Amino acid sequence: MTTHYLVLSALLFAIGGVGVLVRRNAIVVFMCVELMLNACNLAFVTFARQHGNLEGQIIAFFVMIVAAAEVVVGLAIIVTIFRTRRSASVDDANLLKY
Amino acid sequence: MGETITFWVLAVVSVVAALGLVFSRKAVYSALMLGVVMLSLAVLYAVQDAPFLAVVQIIVYTGAVMMLFLFVLMLVGVDSSDSLVETIRGQRFWAVVAGLGFAVLLAVGIGNAVIGDPAGLSGAVTADGGNVPALARLIFTRYVFAFEVTSALLITAALGAMVLAHRERSAPKATQKDLSRARFLGDHPTPLPGPGTYARHNAIDMPALLPDGSVSELSVNRVIARHDVEGGRLPDNPRLAQAIRNVASGSGGTSPSPKVVQAVAEEPGSPSRSEGLGEPEGGGRSEGFSEPEVLGDAEDKPKVAQTAGRAAEHPVEEEGK
Repeated sequence: MTTHYLVLSALLFAIGGVGVLVRRNAIVVFMCVELMLNACNLAFVTFARQHGNLEGQIIAFFVMIVAAAEVVVGLAIIVTIFRTRRSASVDDANLLKY
Repeated sequence: MGETITFWVLAVVSVVAALGLVFSRKAVYSALMLGVVMLSLAVLYAVQDAPFLAVVQIIVYTGAVMMLFLFVLMLVGVDSSDSLVETIRGQRFWAVVAGLGFAVLLAVGIGNAVIGDPAGLSGAVTADGGNVPALARLIFTRYVFAFEVTSALLITAALGAMVLAHRERSAPKATQKDLSRARFLGDHPTPLPGPGTYARHNAIDMPALLPDGSVSELSVNRVIARHDVEGGRLPDNPRLAQAIRNVASGSGGTSPSPKVVQAVAEEPGSPSRSEGLGEPEGGGRSEGFSEPEVLGDAEDKPKVAQTAGRAAEHPVEEEGK
């Protein structure tokens, strides 16, 4: 059963990675990052049960906290960029290039 | 057995929802799909002896994070759809190939690994009398430093969000006098006509008929008009339908802010509207639901709206419908 959970986690992670590469809307890209973090959490929880050790669950808990902080700051950045550039597309935020 | 059934149901649901998240055109659908994935993962946590994480997943992710996503989505504008232009040629194709390759690599690797039966968490948990006390013991003893650092991280994130989302007023706030002066300097001193005025319906997507019988494109919201065009819900009358189509196509360009609001920005009282800072103070309404564009009313239509008061005494025959 552990293998099944891990394969599901890998699938979700890969789908999230494809979304990050393919989508241009910054908010959707952020959602795909969240999906990848969730997939990692699933792997952590699975390994915690596999090894009979609670540390995996602790790490998943910390990942959730960091993800929450990351979402707050990231969405604030998106709102700021939208306010100045009138667009939420990641293609338009290229000011740092020049 | 029960776990197997739960796993297969939720695995299919979550993978389909994840695919929907990536491939749905509308960002709100993506957000809802992400909610589905998170809820299924919460159930999978609960199945795998992690009840605390399951509850935290629902409260933090589907409760807080998803609401934050939807909130920002509405703030940014739900009609900001994805551009389909590939900035790097072949990027989509190669991204999908890379994703498939990565998934196959991981799946094969995991499948080849010899993984025995799970040890189960009962041994680690029973000493403390449950999952939550056991987690609490670990968090507050071995990981207490990480826990404290986490609190600093959260405070920093909250401060950062406040700093980033804060906007300095680069010009004094426009008073009511400034606003009314700007309105009369602009080309539309009266309020915009409401939808459905003098028409047979007063639905919000029905363009108003002006007193001379012409159709006012100012009266329909651009977002609503676009919904009508996409959903094929145009009225039978060709003039009304054409007006809605004009509004939806937004022939005034991409800038969504109405001209009246721009007039406030260009008013003499605050001459240098900073270039980068975009939206004028008067445009407090969210961009996704901004007023319709001012569509070519200077050329093809007289300013009939100003004569509305006079014309109201002579009831207008409804020739628009």
